[in-house]
Amino acid sequence: MSDKGGIKLSADIGGTFTDVVLETPQGIRATKVLTDYDAPERGLMEGVGIVLDQAGLTIKDVDLVIHGTTLATNTLIQRNGAKTALITTDGFVDVIEMAMENRFEQYDINIVKPKPLVDRTLRLPIPERMSAQGDVLMDIDEAAVAAVVPTLKAAGIESVAIMFLNAYANREHEDRAAAILSKLMPGMPISLSSDVAPEIREYERSCTTVANAYVRPMMESYLMRLKAALRDLGSTCPLLLMTSGGGLTTVETASLYPVRLVESGPAGGAILGAEIARECDLPSVLAYDMGGTTAKICFIDDGRPTTSRAFEVDRQYRFLKGSGMPIRIPVIEMVEIGAGGGSIAHIDELARVKVGPQSAGSEPGPACYDLGGTEPTVTDSNVIMGRIDPSNFAGGRMTLDASKSGSALDEKIGTALGLETPMAAFAVGEVVDENMANAARVHAIEIGKNIATCTIVATGGGAPLHATRMAEKLGIDRIIVPNNAGVGSAVGFLRAPVAYEVVRSRHVNLAHPNIAEINTMIEDMRAEATAVVEQGSFGAPLEAECFALMRYIGQGHELSVSFPARTLTEDDVADLAKSFDRQYEKNYSRSVPSVGTEALTWTMTVRTASTDSIRTAEDPTKSESVVPQSQGTREIFDADTGQFLTAQVYNRTELSAGQKIEGPAAIVEDQTTTILTKRFTAYTNDFGYLDIRRKTEGAAQ
Amino acid sequence: MSDTFSSSLNKIQMQIMWDRLIAVVEEQAQTLIRTAFSSSTREAGDVSAGVYNTRGQMLAQAVTGTPGHVNAMAESVGHFLDKFPIETMKPGESYMTNDPWKGTGHLHDFTVVTPVFRGTEPVALFACTTHVVDVGGLGFTADGRQVFEEGLYIPLMRLASDGQMNADLLEMVNANVREPAQVVGDLYSLVACNEDGGRRLIDMMAEYQLETIDGLGDKIIETSRTAMQDAVRALPDGVYTNSMTTDGYESPITIMATLTIKGDQVGVDFAGTSGVSSFGINVPLCYTKAYASFGIRVVVGNRVPNNSGSLGVITVTAPEGTITNAQPPCAVCARHVIGQMLPDVMLGCLHQVDPTLAPAEGASSVWAPVLMGGHGTSASDKRGENFTVTMFNTGGTGARPMLDGLNTTGFPTGIRSVPVEISEALAPIVVWRKVYLENSGGAGKYRGGAGQHIEVAHREEAPFAISAMFDRVDHPARGQAGGASGHRGRVFTVNGETLRSKGKQTVEAGDRLVLHTPGGGGYGQAQTRAPEAVGEDVRLGFVSVEEARDAYGVISDKLGNVDVQATEAARAKMERT
Repeated sequence: MSDKGGIKLSADIGGTFTDVVLETPQGIRATKVLTDYDAPERGLMEGVGIVLDQAGLTIKDVDLVIHGTTLATNTLIQRNGAKTALITTDGFVDVIEMAMENRFEQYDINIVKPKPLVDRTLRLPIPERMSAQGDVLMDIDEAAVAAVVPTLKAAGIESVAIMFLNAYANREHEDRAAAILSKLMPGMPISLSSDVAPEIREYERSCTTVANAYVRPMMESYLMRLKAALRDLGSTCPLLLMTSGGGLTTVETASLYPVRLVESGPAGGAILGAEIARECDLPSVLAYDMGGTTAKICFIDDGRPTTSRAFEVDRQYRFLKGSGMPIRIPVIEMVEIGAGGGSIAHIDELARVKVGPQSAGSEPGPACYDLGGTEPTVTDSNVIMGRIDPSNFAGGRMTLDASKSGSALDEKIGTALGLETPMAAFAVGEVVDENMANAARVHAIEIGKNIATCTIVATGGGAPLHATRMAEKLGIDRIIVPNNAGVGSAVGFLRAPVAYEVVRSRHVNLAHPNIAEINTMIEDMRAEATAVVEQGSFGAPLEAECFALMRYIGQGHELSVSFPARTLTEDDVADLAKSFDRQYEKNYSRSVPSVGTEALTWTMTVRTASTDSIRTAEDPTKSESVVPQSQGTREIFDADTGQFLTAQVYNRTELSAGQKIEGPAAIVEDQTTTILTKRFTAYTNDFGYLDIRRKTEGAAQ
Repeated sequence: MSDTFSSSLNKIQMQIMWDRLIAVVEEQAQTLIRTAFSSSTREAGDVSAGVYNTRGQMLAQAVTGTPGHVNAMAESVGHFLDKFPIETMKPGESYMTNDPWKGTGHLHDFTVVTPVFRGTEPVALFACTTHVVDVGGLGFTADGRQVFEEGLYIPLMRLASDGQMNADLLEMVNANVREPAQVVGDLYSLVACNEDGGRRLIDMMAEYQLETIDGLGDKIIETSRTAMQDAVRALPDGVYTNSMTTDGYESPITIMATLTIKGDQVGVDFAGTSGVSSFGINVPLCYTKAYASFGIRVVVGNRVPNNSGSLGVITVTAPEGTITNAQPPCAVCARHVIGQMLPDVMLGCLHQVDPTLAPAEGASSVWAPVLMGGHGTSASDKRGENFTVTMFNTGGTGARPMLDGLNTTGFPTGIRSVPVEISEALAPIVVWRKVYLENSGGAGKYRGGAGQHIEVAHREEAPFAISAMFDRVDHPARGQAGGASGHRGRVFTVNGETLRSKGKQTVEAGDRLVLHTPGGGGYGQAQTRAPEAVGEDVRLGFVSVEEARDAYGVISDKLGNVDVQATEAARAKMERT
């Protein structure tokens, strides 16, 4: 949608703040208001009012509203969704509770497993059975389906999930059960596994379907209220929703598949990273977003975020893999770790400094907030190290108490380890920076990226504080801090295409493929995805992208291989096997000889075509730059020498294009501060972005 | 740079490099899982991965993996170094074995070791293990009489030289196993994951300008050993004994253990344990050490990362010829049946040290039925296609001192179950039922975890074979501190045939196999369980109305509504009798 001119509003509802951004041909206005938990649309409308007033506009002037939200995620985490029943194959009511039958932490006998979203008494068995090949082994007992209705009514069920075994191979029984229920209970929202996540592996498919059913009534009602609130003010423009996959969708589709909105907030930061990659002509970007509680890391190649189909929500045990609920939806591939400004530092049994995932949140907050918090946090460490100026925090609206930071760090870290206050602060800073760098490294290897060639795009309130130190750790030479970095996700929403991903599970042995059958499937997928996208694309040209999830025959995990979105020829299919071999070699050093190749899952994404008319920024290092007037100085801790170095301080709003700032320096704006270590120089480009470069070897003192 | 800063910085960097090393081996394990062919690796995660110094001491292990592999593999690398001294190793080489006594306890486990070089200097070794789908011989079964019947036996050999795979070795493997593409494919993924780990280690060394990791390694080992010693020292000195009788194959097996805590050391000895079996449930000492030390480490110093320092605090011995130290040519294929009982035996000792430390006994040995069809399965004419598929199923864990046991959860194994839809896609079987089993968890103040009911048929109703390697069918998981035993396991068919808990047997055409996995033992007296917790168990179907009354003295209706007065009366009556 980025090619459409006009006036656009975007809103990102997060756990603490609701960010609203208004984009007009004259520029961007942004505001943060507190999230209203009882009626999230109220907070959103308040923010909308603020930015419209500032611009002297009314809602009638707005051509498009885009919205992303963590409401679905919060509903899953807080367990306050709809009263949900699961209708499933007789003999399999315990799939969602047995899960993988393992312990997510081997060395703790006292783990507690997450409770399923549906009570065991509301998992209702139906005699029926499909084979793995999609043949009927036992016909569905339709009378048994009708017989659950009294139970649903008695239990006050508000939403129903249907998950039959092997329904990914044949959805007929799920369709028949849904038809019977809709007839007997008109208006009951029903989520089918064959719609929501038609992929093999019953546990993941069940969880995804149940999660969808669980958040559906709440999300549907919220979206309808929001639509009404906008309409009541006189808005007639479309409202589109951000999905976790990075595309926009309509309110109607979002209401049917709300689970696809689960990670929509962080997706905005990744999309902004992608946009900046195109503007600044960056082949590889590491989008790095850091807020109050978590940091997110996402890789972007050739201006497009990496996407995946697996995600885990609500990890219950120190963010540990496997302690949450697996969700199979299209998501922008990212890692999220418990590293934010509020993350609490402590010492473990081995006298090692650990940071997070517990967060002090906004109440009591870091010790320096002086609101009763006594635990040292990352923000406290930043205050002591001089990365944050306690007298000028949040645009001067808040004064921080550095002595509280110091005593919290001394008491909980320094004394036990025999470290002076600055070194205790440095230990916390180093550990959190290393945690984030490590997450980035592990993730890079998982998806086969060379991290040193990436440029960091830093968004969120915390990232610009930590980005240069992260870059030093990762061997990265360039960082971009865009305008409005503090509300990066909401800005990112404005750059997203309207898009929809369709997935099919169909096993194809590449040695003898039925090409006609594949082509029929691809055309079906194209029709389905196009129909959804056209509801919100308003006639914009569309493009399609296809992937096959492939593996060597006998393997259990797939690599995603791109193929052309057209009627496939024999050569195209042969190329598919070759691309797989190449990609396998790239990821794992050598391909495996004399084993066949198979494709299991096929995806197609249809989206509004990105325009090539994107304006690219001039490289600011190529022209003369001048050193701006500094606002003063500040002492900032230097990681190499353990000394405090005198750093120049600049006000970002007073910078203009063509300027140059040498580290060590701090560039302050209302929602964040960019720290330059002595190894980096910042240039301002013609978009106003900070384009930060590593000084050439020897230049650093 | 000031001295204080330099020593402070060293302290911080040393921790960061340690964390990095743990991240490196985790990545190594994930690569193994993502590239593996056999379902036990790729779905169940029956793997381990770790990094060693050039003296063969384990510095870090992946969190992903299973204890029997990890702790056994910790010793395995030493055997490789004995045969291939570090100074003779060259870049581009990898070594392998499936020697049960020098690897991880049976021929199905392939262990691969890869040296890592910085320039021409060896700096570390990466090792990994996975359970491959087949090694020829009798298959995955307890029926072998000697290890020679159990399949292809690969001594410590070169698997790759100059970055090229050893084609002769691969051809031998290829010719000897039932699923050659999968097994050879797994060898590729084992090498790939070690190389992956090696590359990341070299990156880290470049970043920190390290020429060797020996200093870092020594520090890791020393810090971990000290932390583990501190944890041991916090326990009272003493000698604690415990014994447990399990089903065995031809006759019951008694495992006898003596655990000695003295200062900062723990010693375990298995003197008094039954002699070896004539069948394939014997345990090589490496696997005994692995699970015995896991049973202690899971509650003592359990936050200390696993490495040669933390493991070194525990010494495990067993007299030769006992089933816990079986010698060649004993058959060892199903060594997990006995080996996975050892943590319960250890926890029974530790309960005597401190009753709040250890849970009751659980199902413990994973129930991994191997189902086979086709040629040689049955005398019947009706035969389907050839297939072999292994499912991993669990029973309940023992109740904890403050918590119920976990329903159908693996302990001590770290593996996951294979999804039913995956098993059905791999083989012509249909799983008709896989649900919790009512009344299977042992009664107690805290209830033992529930087992499950599994029902499997051939898709075309042809006969099929099961290789059974199950335990706790005759001897249930015992409760602790007054808790009741868990429900025994059962192996039978829908048509009413009772099958043996061990050995290959046939399920006739049209019949269905039923498995009841064992429940975990309860903790504390059942009459002291909160009545509303019993009511909740009734409501959810874990406990029947009758069991609530008889075992717990709780009078409840089917919906879990507890009759408080009747319950008080019933409990008073239980008290008197």
